[in-house]
Amino acid sequence: MASNISSGSVPHLPGMEVTELSKNTYEVYIGPAHPGSGHMRIIVEVDGDVMVRVDPDIGFVHRTMEKLAEGRDWIKNIPLFERMAILDACNITLPYVEAVERLLGTEPPDRARYLRTLLCEINRIASHLYGMGIFGVFLGHSTLYMWAFGDREVFIDLAEQMTGARLTHSYPVFGGVRRDIPDDFPENARKATKYMRNRLNEYAKIFLNNPNIRSRLENVGIMSKNLATELGIVGPNLRASGVRYDVRLNEPYEAYGDVEFEIPVFEEGDSLARAWARVEEIRQSLNIIEQAVDWLEKHPRENFMHEKFWKTAPKLYKDVFSGQIDYAGKYRVKLMPLFASLKVPPGKAFARVEAGRGEMVYYVESDGEDVPYRVRVVSPSFRNVIAFKYLMPGHRLMDLPAIYGSFDYFPPEWDR
Amino acid sequence: MSKSEKGNGEEKGKVYLADLDTVAEEAKQMLMKGTIGKMVDWANAFSLWPVHLMTSCCGCEIGAAWGPRFDNERYGSLPWVSPRQTNLIIVEGTVTKKMACSVRITWDQMPYPKFAVAMGACSLDGGIFYNSYNIVRPWQVIPIDVYIPGCPPRPEAVSRAIIELQKLLRNKSIASKWITESKREDMKNIIPKEDLCGWRGEKVDLHTRFT
Amino acid sequence: MVGGEKKLISIQDSLKNVLKDNIISIEQAKGYIDVLVPTDKLVDSAKKLKEFGFDHVKSVTAVDYIAKKQFKITYHISSYLNEELSKYIIGLSTIINRDDPHLPSLSKIWVSAEFQEREVYEFFGIIFDDHPDLRLLLLTPVVAALKPLRKDFVVKEESDNIEVDYAAYNATKWW
Repeated sequence: MASNISSGSVPHLPGMEVTELSKNTYEVYIGPAHPGSGHMRIIVEVDGDVMVRVDPDIGFVHRTMEKLAEGRDWIKNIPLFERMAILDACNITLPYVEAVERLLGTEPPDRARYLRTLLCEINRIASHLYGMGIFGVFLGHSTLYMWAFGDREVFIDLAEQMTGARLTHSYPVFGGVRRDIPDDFPENARKATKYMRNRLNEYAKIFLNNPNIRSRLENVGIMSKNLATELGIVGPNLRASGVRYDVRLNEPYEAYGDVEFEIPVFEEGDSLARAWARVEEIRQSLNIIEQAVDWLEKHPRENFMHEKFWKTAPKLYKDVFSGQIDYAGKYRVKLMPLFASLKVPPGKAFARVEAGRGEMVYYVESDGEDVPYRVRVVSPSFRNVIAFKYLMPGHRLMDLPAIYGSFDYFPPEWDR
Repeated sequence: MSKSEKGNGEEKGKVYLADLDTVAEEAKQMLMKGTIGKMVDWANAFSLWPVHLMTSCCGCEIGAAWGPRFDNERYGSLPWVSPRQTNLIIVEGTVTKKMACSVRITWDQMPYPKFAVAMGACSLDGGIFYNSYNIVRPWQVIPIDVYIPGCPPRPEAVSRAIIELQKLLRNKSIASKWITESKREDMKNIIPKEDLCGWRGEKVDLHTRFT
Repeated sequence: MVGGEKKLISIQDSLKNVLKDNIISIEQAKGYIDVLVPTDKLVDSAKKLKEFGFDHVKSVTAVDYIAKKQFKITYHISSYLNEELSKYIIGLSTIINRDDPHLPSLSKIWVSAEFQEREVYEFFGIIFDDHPDLRLLLLTPVVAALKPLRKDFVVKEESDNIEVDYAAYNATKWW
């Protein structure tokens, strides 16, 4: 918790630490239990009210995923890596699946690519709404928190119809996806997108154009184009500083080469531009969802799994997965048996994907065994943390929530 | 009007009614046996305020549980920022060795009567991170009343846990027993704080009013 | 695709032109191009690549080859501002000895590598010379002394007997 006492005699109070460093600076610990509820600690040196040096102290949620991944089978690592950013589950595990597919030499069929795209965009909207809700809590705007979490439930409902789970989907697997969409899904998806488009205008009214919020966010935390490139920032934070970079555009993966969408780029680089960038991205994601659902409706139900895995499955599995049995709840069907004893040929692979918060990168190295030799994960929040050290000094202490919230930083993602 | 039992320092013209401490003690013991105890328990059960301490990924479901669809505020609980003014800790998910110190310090800063709920499979036996070298079980750090299995548990499960905690509180009269007995025997098999926080190397006085 | 292969061959040629004699080997791995340089030429190669247009580091990876007694460290770099180069990812790698691991730090050239080098230092015990701020990032000092991601640190499997596990767990002072 923060402790800040004027110089002179330093009293001894229980549970607090006050250290007098140089003539006028004091050290403030904004600890893991703070009103914004993000589990990281920021150690700030203040001179009066102005921050002089900022040091992020992280690692409070480090659950050692890279080491555990070296001891488990290839398919078991998918739920493990999902817990990194549980609200963005499809985007977080997709580069792992893509990298292993490159080593295996299997490519998913067309229908699987569109299904993966659809779930990725639903998760992107849910992730942006969560980020905006938490940003509202930081600034004391609890109406935005309630609205964002209420609207997020609409998209979590869609994801639950598609995959069966609210947050932990584990949907992309090697060679394709786990199941197809139900018959009434396109209608529900269209209702959801129409509802969300109307809501986005109201978000602009209460939050982004609100004079209180604008005075807190405008011209705060300005990051120029060169600084953003030097520090290696990713995601909407980068696009709000004028750099036109998005993995979906530069190296199209899955079905992004076939759908039409735009990348919103802003020039100002302050916290308000970062908030606007997220809202505009939600609008573009709604377009992509509609196009994907149209494509899936037009094309007949065909394979959603690569032949190598599909042909080893028994007939009952094939009937249930392709939706040909009406009440499938009375049959017990598991994943394709080949996954349990999968041995990946040796090699090194690298894959990247645009997750909700930025660019997600995996490096997978295989030895020919049934467990990976090395998996290296670099998540988007990992690459954004360096901005706290170089961007915050010079601002006042009360600008720290405005900058911290606008970066949409998620500690379990960094700490893995 | 009776004279004080201690009878010290009587000045001319002043009348002493009673020794306030002993009278308060006797009144407390007398009233708690009636319905006042039940009222204290009822009031505590419907104002269980959790503190903003997110330990891991189950925090997303906590945010949804206090959101508009699964409204938990109707049970009287409001997430509040300061540990000094709350009485519930929800340990969501995995507690790592670095975070264990902070959980313990936050727990010690909260005033009695206080409660703790452990959420998720990671709090029971490590969850999906079994064999990890950096995690710790929550019951070794703070004493826990209710466990919720699931990975992550649905927000309805969190509401059920709050209701179970309310029933536990009212059946066992935990809140009124704290007032009558002034202590709660719950820190028996817990790792001592010097061991949890010793690696920090700070000159912090880790004792608080309630330890 | 023929057009794609032509582009890949030309990027390998441009790398050979830029780095000249520094390269030990250059191979096309799945998704990136692996360029192996000796450790004393690492800073030089990094400067030349930065002038060429690669302006940020995506990831710093260390792999422990315990059978060959080597560490292999790879910097995956790419470009934001240069449109041509932003489609490619180059893996600048070097091999160092496992018994006394030292290598020069690249944080003065690419600021984006600073925190990732700190992480490699604490998990593997590899020391980066000339790093501005080399200290622990994620772990407590007791856990970092174990050097967790090395292959000789074996994760302790939990047995079926919980009593034995917890007795042993409490006996080691893990703090």
